[in-house]
Amino acid sequence: MTGSFLEGWLGGAVLTSTPIFYAALGETIVEKAGLINLGVEGTMLVGASVSFAVASSSGSVLAGLLAGMLAGGLFNLLLGPLVIGRGANQLASGLALMFFGMGLSAFYGKPFVGSSLDGLPSFPIPWLSNLPFIGSILFKQDLLVYLMIPAAGAVWYLLSRTPWGLHLRAVGEDRLVAYAAGSRTVLLRHQALFLGGVLAGVAGAHLSLAIAHTWTEGLTAGRGFIAVSLVIFAAWSPLRILPGALLFGGTLALQIQLQARGAQVSPFLLDMLPYLVTLVVLVLLRNSSRGRMPEGLKEVFESSREGK
Amino acid sequence: MIDQPPAGTVLLETRGLSKHFGSLKANDGIDLVVRAGEIHAILGENGAGKSTLMKLLYGYYQPTGGEILVGGSAVTVDSPRRGRALGIGMVFQNFTLIPAFRVWENVALFLEAHGTDRRGLMDRIAALSRSYGLEVDSQALVRDLPMGDRQKVEIVKILSAGARILIFDEPTSVLAPHEAENLFRIFDRLRTEGYAVLFITHKMPEVLRVADRITVLRKGRISATLPRADADRNLLVKLLVGDQNPDWSDAGPRRPSSARPGAPTLEFVRVSCRTDDGRPGLREVSLSVQPGEILGVAAVSGNGQEYLGDLILGLRPAAEGSILLGGKDLDSAPPAEVLRRGVACLPEDPLRMGAVGGMTVRENLILGQQVSYWKAGGWSPDTKKLEADAGAALMTAFVQSPPSLDARAGNLSGGNLQRMVIARELGRDPGLMVSYYLTRGLDLSNAQAARELVLSHARGGMAVLFVSEDLDELFALCDRMLVLHAGRPAGTFEPALTTPQEVGLLMTGAAHG
Amino acid sequence: MGEARNLRFLGWGASSVSLVLSLASALVLFSVLLLTSGKSPLDTYASIFGSTLGNGFGFSEIFVKMIPILFTALAVALPARLSLVNVGGEGQLHLGALMAAAAALAVGAGTPPWVGIPVTLVAGMAGGALWALVPAILRAKGWLNETISTLLLNYVAIRVVDYFVFGPLRDPSSSNVPQTMTFAEGFRWPAFAGRIHLGIVFALAALVLFAVVINRTRWGYEIRAAGSNPLAARRHGLPVTTYILVVLCVGGALAGLAGTGEIMAIQGRLRPGFSPSYGYLGFLVAWLAGHRPLRILFMGFLVALIATGGDSLQIDQGLPSATVNILMALILFMVLADAWRPDRLEARIQAWLDRKSRGTP
Repeated sequence: MTGSFLEGWLGGAVLTSTPIFYAALGETIVEKAGLINLGVEGTMLVGASVSFAVASSSGSVLAGLLAGMLAGGLFNLLLGPLVIGRGANQLASGLALMFFGMGLSAFYGKPFVGSSLDGLPSFPIPWLSNLPFIGSILFKQDLLVYLMIPAAGAVWYLLSRTPWGLHLRAVGEDRLVAYAAGSRTVLLRHQALFLGGVLAGVAGAHLSLAIAHTWTEGLTAGRGFIAVSLVIFAAWSPLRILPGALLFGGTLALQIQLQARGAQVSPFLLDMLPYLVTLVVLVLLRNSSRGRMPEGLKEVFESSREGK
Repeated sequence: MIDQPPAGTVLLETRGLSKHFGSLKANDGIDLVVRAGEIHAILGENGAGKSTLMKLLYGYYQPTGGEILVGGSAVTVDSPRRGRALGIGMVFQNFTLIPAFRVWENVALFLEAHGTDRRGLMDRIAALSRSYGLEVDSQALVRDLPMGDRQKVEIVKILSAGARILIFDEPTSVLAPHEAENLFRIFDRLRTEGYAVLFITHKMPEVLRVADRITVLRKGRISATLPRADADRNLLVKLLVGDQNPDWSDAGPRRPSSARPGAPTLEFVRVSCRTDDGRPGLREVSLSVQPGEILGVAAVSGNGQEYLGDLILGLRPAAEGSILLGGKDLDSAPPAEVLRRGVACLPEDPLRMGAVGGMTVRENLILGQQVSYWKAGGWSPDTKKLEADAGAALMTAFVQSPPSLDARAGNLSGGNLQRMVIARELGRDPGLMVSYYLTRGLDLSNAQAARELVLSHARGGMAVLFVSEDLDELFALCDRMLVLHAGRPAGTFEPALTTPQEVGLLMTGAAHG
Repeated sequence: MGEARNLRFLGWGASSVSLVLSLASALVLFSVLLLTSGKSPLDTYASIFGSTLGNGFGFSEIFVKMIPILFTALAVALPARLSLVNVGGEGQLHLGALMAAAAALAVGAGTPPWVGIPVTLVAGMAGGALWALVPAILRAKGWLNETISTLLLNYVAIRVVDYFVFGPLRDPSSSNVPQTMTFAEGFRWPAFAGRIHLGIVFALAALVLFAVVINRTRWGYEIRAAGSNPLAARRHGLPVTTYILVVLCVGGALAGLAGTGEIMAIQGRLRPGFSPSYGYLGFLVAWLAGHRPLRILFMGFLVALIATGGDSLQIDQGLPSATVNILMALILFMVLADAWRPDRLEARIQAWLDRKSRGTP
């Protein structure tokens, strides 16, 4: 029955890759501005818990989604005063944000733990969804899945073809030159953080509303870090995020499929795959990645010098 | 194309412009007139106040006195953006370009409003390039472009932003000779089209070649402003440095050479190396230094001398040739070993390369020889020996008021940091000292002390590779000097048999044409 | 040797005062948060501090948690002196526990403690060091930043342990609960007061050793120099690359001991999920402490207190124990932001002292 195995796996891969995709897309904007947010995990958790809570309480999935997006945006913004205003170490600050998100989401999400919700419905596209094989993989998904490609295109356009994106990228490359060009370096970076947070909020919302259909503490299980790795892997290009997300979603979905079929492979070994694959890919692509890294980011990784 | 005012119109003027930093008068009472259709050169030595003046004009600094007038009315240039709005465009020595961006993106960045019309912008760039001989591919990535082309991008950038007054800060410092020629052709075109070109330099040959009007800056003041026709080399030199050289006017007879015969301490045999970008850094440089000899390296910043130290220390491999220390091939030995073999180095950027800013002066003074300050295999610090040696070392290099041993090195003034590194390096009693810009940032008496220190070590047999831009210092201290230009050796001379002018010309490549 | 000394106020440096103010402001912010969600800050704090400082057992439990936290904090602090960010404490402690468990189970019953305990020490350190080796090599070669590699490997490590506990090392007699067999007596670390065990001796010894090495030895000097300016360090012959490998692996070894202690002293066997994020708590402590030994001790105690108190929140207040993450994150935010800037504080205190001495109102 390999046909249905493949269908199940690939369909699952598309679904599972969605949160990682949105989180990575948001983080791409942030990193293009020369910042790195290791706390995406926390933002996703906030997005997941808030959207589930609001959707549960109000009965409206849309309200939940919007609430999750807003919460994510505001949460990410916390990094602004810390890292931009006070110049705090970005890596440690991001991890602090992750803790904060873990704590906040556990705290506010407590009443909703274990409850289930239909959440985001899948929306089969008429006619296309009846196609054999690819019909169920590609065209019987939910709205956020369908919006992945347009979202990638929109972010690409925003970054590469608008003045806002141009100035943002300039800030991420060389703040002094950007300043000389009149870019508003502080405002732009805060805006990037907000946008990145909104997308991470979408990611979290999708996870709780469309995949898990519930809320539990620590729902994201490291997907935030996979997303951060994915940005590097995609060499900071919004258009390359999707293939990468599919790769990782694929490894995540594989485990579910193999277990369902009673395969004799240890679930734990399969579970390791996404993280190991990420690691290996990052090492293999190190040279091409370094070539595309925004200069401002290089400083973050080479910093922590001279007393910081 | 912008409607240009007739040639000769005053586009920019400064009256009594001053910028003081506390008691330091970087610019004092500058009266400058910049006219349309004119190439105006500002000539001055390092530290004469050129870059301060440019930063005032472009809006990076605010004047402490005097005024700036554009088109006849007084203006306040409070930011580079304002400067651009007034029609002032500036091309910095190190370019304000983003290498990772394409040409059109760099141009777009500095335009006030370019919307999303990429095609339109690229067409404008193409039109501009053609008109002024500034051919650049709008789609090219700036980091793939050679320096000369990057400069063209800069010019296109400021022209697109509507500049009528184009200011260039040391424009040829990063250019190869043929690229510099090209630049002068572009200046010509710009002049014909009625723009005002203001360029700052310390290279006299260029000024004489290209300028219509010359302003000489000296110690923050205008020495003179004169049309090209009235200027010649000798007059300009006199205006630049005055009639005497205060430091060395009564240096008396040149010091006798302390060079010892026998095997050389250091030898370079046809050494070539590459820069980080893969371009040639040094090209077939050969030199030798005897024990006790001071070999000067005369070069303008960025002409290859920066690699000498790295090559000796083993931080950069030689692509060709070999380096011998005490007769034995260094063979890219690692720094620890090179230091062990008695090499010391005062680097070009002591804070970044020679000191640990986050540590105290005391801790910095043992960097490189720390092993001898610990007992019991590294477990227990020999504090007595450290205090004694550290204190003594400081006294050698500081004429008075040495910094506290507890002071954080990163907080020291440039001059104090320089002297701390000198004290440390010479305190090791090295057989070879590679010294970059020994007296940079030092006032008169401390500079004298530093030179004396080096000289006394040389008398004791230390060989010195003495890199400097200061011709007076080179002539007074060195037994021989090697001139480097564009990574190539341009001759080795004895001070007694040549003049600063000749060496200066070789340093700037002017002797070739 | 040491750092430049600044103004002392009441015997405390401005940076210590600043730290206390940061803690206080975090507590205030946390209270505000609790209030806005209808919980009583007083009750919450009472629960946290009451359950820990209020009774003997609770107090001893602080130290029980402090043992692994000190180890994982050192695992972060040592590399941090070389300006490396090791976030892999959680994974390294898991591998240390795994190796120690495997060794204990392999060597078997009947081993006397003077053999068994050293076996666990060596195995635990080896496990942690090995898990840090790959990130160390990747960083030393300049291929991948250690922050990301150690982070990713954390998730792998947990699953590696799960694999062994559910599989090869599983206790056949406990079919419902996945765990290994209990370890023989000879490998167990003895406890003496409450559950406080031998690990505290090792942890404090490691802390002292860290302090001595970093501040008094030549290697500590070289590490600090390379951490502050690796370029200058290399130019002066310091073996920076070697140090990268060494500090990350030693850090891993220390984290490995955190895991070893937990299973050999407290748990008695290896179970999945035996670590309530000790690795990340150690990261928190190290950064709060500015990677300095005495501060690590202080902050380790504080964080252990909050973490222990958090356990009782579930029962007393119906709050998830993860709530304390909020408080800890707030403290870290304050400290990272240098919220009560020591230099400004210093200036203000100096001005106040000047006014006092002049007698102006």
